[in-house]
Amino acid sequence: MPVSATSSTLIYRGLKDSGVGIISALPETWLVHLIRMAEEDEEMTLVRLAKEEEGVGVSTGAHFAGVKSAMLMQNHGFLAAINGIVSCGQLYRIPLLMLISQRGSFGERDPWQCEGGGVTEHVLEALRIPFDHLDAPGHVEKRIAKAQTLAYAASRPVALLLCRDLMWED
Amino acid sequence: MRRLDALQAIYGELEHSVVVTIMGAVAAELQSIGHRPNFFYLQHAMGLASSVGLGIALARPELPVVVFDGDGSLLMNLGGLTTLARYRPRNLVHVVFDNESLLSVGGFPTATSTGSDLAAIAGAAGVPLTGTVRTLEEFTATFAAAQKAGDLTTLVAKVEAVGPSGYVTDLSLLENRYQFARYLKERQAAGQ
Repeated sequence: MPVSATSSTLIYRGLKDSGVGIISALPETWLVHLIRMAEEDEEMTLVRLAKEEEGVGVSTGAHFAGVKSAMLMQNHGFLAAINGIVSCGQLYRIPLLMLISQRGSFGERDPWQCEGGGVTEHVLEALRIPFDHLDAPGHVEKRIAKAQTLAYAASRPVALLLCRDLMWED
Repeated sequence: MRRLDALQAIYGELEHSVVVTIMGAVAAELQSIGHRPNFFYLQHAMGLASSVGLGIALARPELPVVVFDGDGSLLMNLGGLTTLARYRPRNLVHVVFDNESLLSVGGFPTATSTGSDLAAIAGAAGVPLTGTVRTLEEFTATFAAAQKAGDLTTLVAKVEAVGPSGYVTDLSLLENRYQFARYLKERQAAGQ
């Protein structure tokens, strides 16, 4: 599978180094290695969701209970989770780290991914969610740490977009 | 059975539990009996109260967690029941007040009014202990049993579609949120 195992390992290390203890996730192709790493890590609690919005609730509960968490999802899952992000994550000022695979960008071969790819960043902007891109291995760990720092300082949801150049090896 | 009476009947049992409620009547009625720092009212994001409860229960398995859900909210997150069952937090009691309607927005009937059975759905999702109660005595006894059972329970309490005249209370959302988080932190520091 051309999903980058090397980049996935860097991302997972970034999450661990920033103190993440609970990961909630809904599988998608680009996330397979990350989910498997979480599954095999005895120190990590992996919550497999039925729908992404649940993950906002799980992360909220985890935060109240003093555990750092992260959500792994596709951009279409992010779009499916918006009311939870707004009416739980933002309303209650939850430091929520969302890692969102940015499907539907240049290079996308699956026609069904393309519509969501074009709106994801606009929706993040409309929601005033601070976000950055993970698109090269060199900055992965630093950007995850910085995202987590801002999430806690601002006490708000933040997002990192996992981009094709990082996640996919053609 | 009225929900307010049901809450009143078990209020004493909630002293050492970590409580998450949905919005609307449940939140207002529990506050009318008496707010405590260990109560968190999720005043929007319908459906996610059980997910918040799951997050707490997984992060702090030593704490008894009680979620007060409702039929309208639970119907918005039926998939969450499968997630609850999958991780089966043994420290979580999930109470669903089922008044068969969306009371706070005009009382329009939900699907439980035409036979959808939330306890059966929870059971089929894999929640190990489920039940439906219709009287105050049954509710009180079953809730007490659920707290002692040491396993994930979804208890559906059929209640009348009546509630308070208003839903906004003096407790601001963020005050409640920070007080609740601080309560959990202090309890952890105290090793309880």
